[in-house]
Amino acid sequence: MENGKKLYLYPLWLRIWHGINALGILALIFSGISLHYSDRGILLLDFQSAVAVHNLAGVIVTVSYFLFVFGNILTKNGKYYRVKTKGLPNRLTKQIQYYISGMFKGEESPFPISEKRKFNPLQKYAYIFAMYLFLPILIVTGIALFFPEIIIEQVFQLSGIMLTAVIHGIIGFLTFVFLLVHLYVASMGKPPGKNYKSIITGWHT
Amino acid sequence: MRFFACTLFLVILAGFLGVLNLNGQNIPEQNQACLKCHTSQAHTIYNDWTEKEEKRLMNPFYILDTIQLAVGVHQVFSCIDCHSMDYETYPHDGQLKLEPMMTCIDCHGGDPTYEDWQFDRIEEEFQKSVHYELHGDQFSCSKCHSQHYYRATARTSSDLREIVDYSNKMCLSCHDNMTKYQLVSEDAKPQLVDIHNWLPNQELHFRRVRCIECHTEVQDSLMVSHNILRKEHATKNCVECHSANSMLQASLYKYQNLRVRTETGENSQKSILGLFTVKNTQEDFSNEYYVIGASRIPYLNTIFALIFFATLGGIVVHTIIRIIKK
Ligand code: HEC
Ligand code: HEC
Ligand code: HEC
Ligand code: HEC
Ligand code: HEC
Ligand code: HEC
Ligand code: HEC
Ligand code: HEM
Ligand code: HEM
Repeated sequence: MENGKKLYLYPLWLRIWHGINALGILALIFSGISLHYSDRGILLLDFQSAVAVHNLAGVIVTVSYFLFVFGNILTKNGKYYRVKTKGLPNRLTKQIQYYISGMFKGEESPFPISEKRKFNPLQKYAYIFAMYLFLPILIVTGIALFFPEIIIEQVFQLSGIMLTAVIHGIIGFLTFVFLLVHLYVASMGKPPGKNYKSIITGWHT
Repeated sequence: MRFFACTLFLVILAGFLGVLNLNGQNIPEQNQACLKCHTSQAHTIYNDWTEKEEKRLMNPFYILDTIQLAVGVHQVFSCIDCHSMDYETYPHDGQLKLEPMMTCIDCHGGDPTYEDWQFDRIEEEFQKSVHYELHGDQFSCSKCHSQHYYRATARTSSDLREIVDYSNKMCLSCHDNMTKYQLVSEDAKPQLVDIHNWLPNQELHFRRVRCIECHTEVQDSLMVSHNILRKEHATKNCVECHSANSMLQASLYKYQNLRVRTETGENSQKSILGLFTVKNTQEDFSNEYYVIGASRIPYLNTIFALIFFATLGGIVVHTIIRIIKK
């Protein structure tokens, strides 16, 4: 819309990954919360089903994660995830200012979408955090919880399982917060449903 | 080469320890005579008829383990404190087979010296259990507790794994062993693995919790609950363990001997990971043991809630402004 051109930003493999991942993560969050608050939830899954759902979704998300990584290594989509630290604080501040005040004053987005720049800086680093920090940690700690035998038993008098579960839980929670913000920010297209359409059709209009 | 040297060293060490034990560091002198035969696969007897020394095989069930004898609660006993003096001659008198043996309660019941162990209450509880209900006196304490080897593990060990392992082996020695099972029952024993199929990570569970956790009701005042309930009353509810107020706190994790270790390490724990320390000692100690779902970090849920609602609030405010400024 910003420059009126139609762009094909989300190739098919990416959309497939994103769909699987989104559903998988939703299932993980819901079942994860059920595991965490195991003794108080009417709306939550019972423990046994939560374990079953969480394990299944965990495997699906792990496998699809590799689709994402390889996709980004093998196609040019990876270039959107290159970290460039020079002038980064500046760019981030600009984007934040836009979200806090600029957009309400009708200003143009400081980093309009183009073929070369699919994401604005905030979006980019949020995705990098989610995809290259949170998910790997979740997957590694998750696999450790699958096979608790491999976890160091005791770390400074604390149960190794507990440390692993706590790290897993905290990062899982942060992923949940990421998702909330992600869903909201995605609604900032004009009209609000536009970006959701893009991630399904692949075309940015 | 180093591996070889290490192995050699270990072999020698083991042999040395074995000899030490055989020589009876803890085993009373007078037991040596019995143990000469009752520890080896074969023994030599003098045959009066042929006037020759003869080698015979020992009944494998009558071969005793001296290492376990030496650490058992009755390590100071001589064999003939419990068994008849007449065993000193061989061949043993056939009548001895019928010698009534003393039970735990015969010796320990009503004795104030052992008040702390609550033998009488244990007997009471045991007599309510399915085992006693179905098989009566035939199912004696000795079916689980060997008088030779019993070691009060739950009370003395500081290793949770060991406690679980020791206790479960008592049950499995019969429930997983047809030979011993038929001492009590005519029926084929149920397949434990199949019966517990509903339990995910079954193997892990059997190594980390005791059978009695699920098969008895928690008894706060007893070290070990002895009332094995009918299978209909066994715990199938995951949340009884997998929750913040896990019942394991009142059973498996309650033992003082496990706690001692944490309390001595408390200072280092506080300084290194103060974040995870709770003031309440009960919870302090529980940090060493964890089950999924037992979320036990203070304030963590509060922090989660704060971040969650702050995010939600931010989104709502932003949405409202967007609508107004449209
Ligand atoms: C010369 C070897 C020898 C010595 C010494 C010996 N035993 Fe035995 N014992 C046996 C054998 C062999 C059996 C197997 C049953 C049999 O042959 O009577 C046995 C069986 C037994 C049994 C099981 C009896 C039953 O059938 O229920 C007991 C109890 C026992 N011995 C106790 C002792 C005690 C106590 C001593 C020491 C005071 C001792 N034995 C010394 C060889 C020996
Ligand atoms: C605290 C009492 C006690 C002491 C001490 C003791 N026994 Fe026993 N022993 C028993 C009882 C009770 C049984 C019967 C076990 C049963 O019915 O399951 C038994 C059974 C046996 C058996 C038969 C095999 C078996 O396990 O059922 C042998 C052999 C035996 N004892 C040998 C010895 C020898 C040798 C010693 C000395 C090193 C010894 N016992 C010391 C109580 C004792
Ligand atoms: C023949 C009598 C006798 C029989 C039978 C007997 N005990 Fe003992 N038990 C004793 C004596 C005596 C001691 C003290 C030994 C000592 O001072 O080291 C003892 C010690 C113990 C202890 C350790 C107590 C302490 O303060 O350290 C435990 C636990 C115990 N017995 C359990 C049992 C169990 C369980 C049974 C049945 C399987 C049993 N006993 C059968 C006589 C017996
Ligand atoms: C079905 C098996 C079973 C039977 C039958 C049984 N017990 Fe136990 N008992 C256990 C187990 C398991 C433990 C825990 C073992 C451990 O770690 O010390 C235990 C522990 C004990 C302890 C130590 C508790 C403590 O305070 O540390 C005593 C004493 C005891 N039993 C006595 C008895 C007596 C007496 C009888 C018979 C009336 C009996 N038991 C019958 C399984 C059994
Ligand atoms: C000496 C053998 C023996 C030992 C040791 C033993 N059991 Fe059993 N148990 C039996 C037999 C035999 C039955 C079958 C009763 C029947 O159905 O006739 C049984 C039945 C059971 C049942 C099923 C009751 C039902 O409702 O059908 C449970 C549960 C059980 N045992 C648990 C345990 C636990 C837990 C332990 C260890 C603390 C243990 N048993 C130790 C022999 C043993
Ligand atoms: C997590 C809880 C849990 C643990 C741990 C556990 N059980 Fe069970 N067990 C159960 C439940 C629940 C049943 C009833 C299953 C049913 O009726 O479908 C059961 C059934 C049984 C039965 C009855 C079999 C039959 O059908 O007659 C036996 C025997 C038994 N368990 C023995 C054991 C032994 C031995 C151990 C330890 C190695 C053990 N259990 C550990 C929960 C448990
Ligand atoms: C008697 C208590 C008890 C009951 C009942 C119980 N559990 Fe567990 N569970 C444990 C313990 C203890 C662990 C081991 C924690 C550890 O890894 O050290 C465990 C571990 C697990 C794990 C592995 C977690 C990990 O560390 O990755 C899963 C999954 C699990 N339980 C699921 C269940 C389910 C589902 C049920 C109900 C059907 C259940 N449990 C019932 C005590 C219990
Ligand atoms: C957004 C993603 C995720 C969230 C929110 C999440 C959340 C949670 C939570 C809260 C627990 C319970 C810990 C406790 O409180 O004791 C848990 C357990 C567990 N998680 Fe996750 N998790 C996520 C992703 C994953 C992934 C990707 C895997 C697999 C690779 C995984 C595997 C596990 C396993 C194995 C357990 C132990 C319980 C079980 O066996 O089901 N999780 N998770
Ligand atoms: C129901 C859940 C979800 C919906 C509706 C959704 C929606 C969208 C939309 C509309 C876009 C394209 C617009 C944009 O880039 O902002 C997008 C892109 C993206 N989303 Fe999601 N999302 C969901 C869940 C997730 C989850 C759980 C993750 C990761 C943990 C995730 C990661 C991404 C990434 C990395 C991109 C960029 C992909 C690329 O172009 O390379 N999304 N999503």
